[in-house]
Amino acid sequence: MNQLSSRLQARWTWERWSYIAGLYLASIFAALILSALLVWATDGSWQDVFSAFIDGSLRNPGRWGLTIGYATPLLLVALGTIVAVRGGLINIGQEGQLYIGAAFCTYVVLRLGGPGPIVLIVALLAGATAGAIWAGIAAWLKYWRRVPEVLTTLLLVTVAAQLVGYGLKTTTLLLDRSPEHGNRNQISEQLAPGVRLPRVEIFGNSFPLSAFVALVMAVGLAVWLSRTTGGFRLTILGQNERLAQRVGISAPKYGTMALLASGAFAGLAGAMMLTGGDFGNYRLAPGFSGFFGWEGLLVALVARNHPLVAIPMAFVFGALRTGGGFLSATGVEREIANVTQALLVLALLVPAAVLYLQERRRQIATVEART
Amino acid sequence: MLGDFFSAVGDVLSNESTYSGGFRLAVVLAFVAAGEWIAERAGTLNISVEAMLLGGAFNSALGYHLTESVAIGILFGAIAGLGIAIVQANMSHRLSADQFVVGLTLNILILGVAGFLNSSIRPSTTRAHIFEVPWLVDIPLVGPALFGQRWPFYLAYLVVPACALILYRTRWGLEVRAVGENPQAADVSGVPVLTRRRQAIYVAGITSGLGGAYLLLGQVGRFESTIAGGQGFIAIAAVIFGGWTLRGAMLGCLLFGLVNSFRLTLPGLGYQVNSELLSSLPFLVTILAVAVIASRARQPAALTQPFVRGLN
Repeated sequence: MNQLSSRLQARWTWERWSYIAGLYLASIFAALILSALLVWATDGSWQDVFSAFIDGSLRNPGRWGLTIGYATPLLLVALGTIVAVRGGLINIGQEGQLYIGAAFCTYVVLRLGGPGPIVLIVALLAGATAGAIWAGIAAWLKYWRRVPEVLTTLLLVTVAAQLVGYGLKTTTLLLDRSPEHGNRNQISEQLAPGVRLPRVEIFGNSFPLSAFVALVMAVGLAVWLSRTTGGFRLTILGQNERLAQRVGISAPKYGTMALLASGAFAGLAGAMMLTGGDFGNYRLAPGFSGFFGWEGLLVALVARNHPLVAIPMAFVFGALRTGGGFLSATGVEREIANVTQALLVLALLVPAAVLYLQERRRQIATVEART
Repeated sequence: MLGDFFSAVGDVLSNESTYSGGFRLAVVLAFVAAGEWIAERAGTLNISVEAMLLGGAFNSALGYHLTESVAIGILFGAIAGLGIAIVQANMSHRLSADQFVVGLTLNILILGVAGFLNSSIRPSTTRAHIFEVPWLVDIPLVGPALFGQRWPFYLAYLVVPACALILYRTRWGLEVRAVGENPQAADVSGVPVLTRRRQAIYVAGITSGLGGAYLLLGQVGRFESTIAGGQGFIAIAAVIFGGWTLRGAMLGCLLFGLVNSFRLTLPGLGYQVNSELLSSLPFLVTILAVAVIASRARQPAALTQPFVRGLN
């Protein structure tokens, strides 16, 4: 609603454009300065860190393919977050949903016989379903017992990690029986070559086919949200629950669907991480989810919940991640990548909020001048 | 099977270390929950308490590392909590950014910053000394649990009643509750809504920072970035479990603390239990407890709702 009213009333002059652009640039710059200060405070050199990031994410051979491989699950998780947020729900348990999705995908692939492509598709769907079920628990508790979904999705992350850990310890579920791992007792079998996602090779860089799937889904979601009745209903629910009720949009129905879809995206991201090959060499092991659920969430926040903006943002965050892998040579800890990501998110919250407040003041002033 | 279970529960419940462990874990939650309770009564479901807890723990380690004094370490912890609270409060109640977005980002940010600084600085820390309250410590079963702990533990006996006092017995507290129930009405009667909400978050920051300091200097003794491990979220659950009353919230903290301690003492008494089940037990119990209680309680009417004065 606020977007609509500001579009109707504010004058989109050249000065206003440059003011907004300046505001965004200044906040990004501030976030980068803060990260550089942190590096400087611990006796690192920010120039080294910066060039390590560029080397690790783009310049060195094979690295931009890996960056795409990392950006794919981030984008998928972000899309799921966007669906939930558009419906006014806060799902912040993607880390767990992703891990559960990866685990169910592994189980189906290892236990289901048949032609490779069919097994692969069934397994990806199983991953998405598992993620949806995990988010569904939160939806069910929200609409049945009024437990805030923020809390349940979050607490279920730890439970998911323990559940998959148990699966990985049990031979009938996921544990690899072959003796080649010695006494390492929490690792799954490797996926057979026939059930892996095909990889695309361009100029010595390779990334799994899932990157295209994620792109198509991002475009599809953008269209669905802005051009269909379902997407419009979801947006109404997210903007104003009371209005939604008046016009006959059921909050439990649409809310549950949004949370299920959100979990399905995260589960699919996990399944595609496993079958894509950039993570864990086609094996599931503890820590497989590796913070991708949390970072995907940040991507959605930075993209201000727009699916198409999430595409470049996922790439930037993937690059921060792959670039972080090259930091050890500079003597700076790799956590700086996470810090920079979070600072960017915080910084990008500021301009939007400032613009909203200014618009609000302008509206009030107009109303007061009229009366 | 069931008989085994009950005899195990009986063994654990008659074991003194269950109680002292349980109270230790409960007190960390109590510090956080007391402040979180005030923030929620003012209308903010403040999920950055996890960040405040972790930041408080790290900064108290840093304070101890620099000065070798536990008291100054605790002060450092409170300051870190307050600093994080200032960011959360001003972003969500001055700029009106979404409170969950800000809180979540702060959680990730502080996890990164604390991990980064910890591996760059490696603060050396130790635990505070044990102080036994004479006479009271001799009470059987719960005596050592309540009166034989490391001294920062006893700060909780000050902080929790102080929170109740300021919320129920001062004008400030009345205004905070008004702001959480009906911000429009409070605004019309001249209460500075956003200011009160920010101040409530500051209180949460200070108490959570103290909780972090106690966690580090009173319990663990060495910083790791997994030290908070979701306890901030469990404290939020305790507030909801308690139906937004302080007494209920403290009961929730005690319950969750005892469950946590139960899982730690059970293997020590010779029972073989699935370790994954044990690790997820606190979280499962939390979800179950909140699911049973939550729909009965009436939450502050304006909880999680942003306030912008004007044309509504």
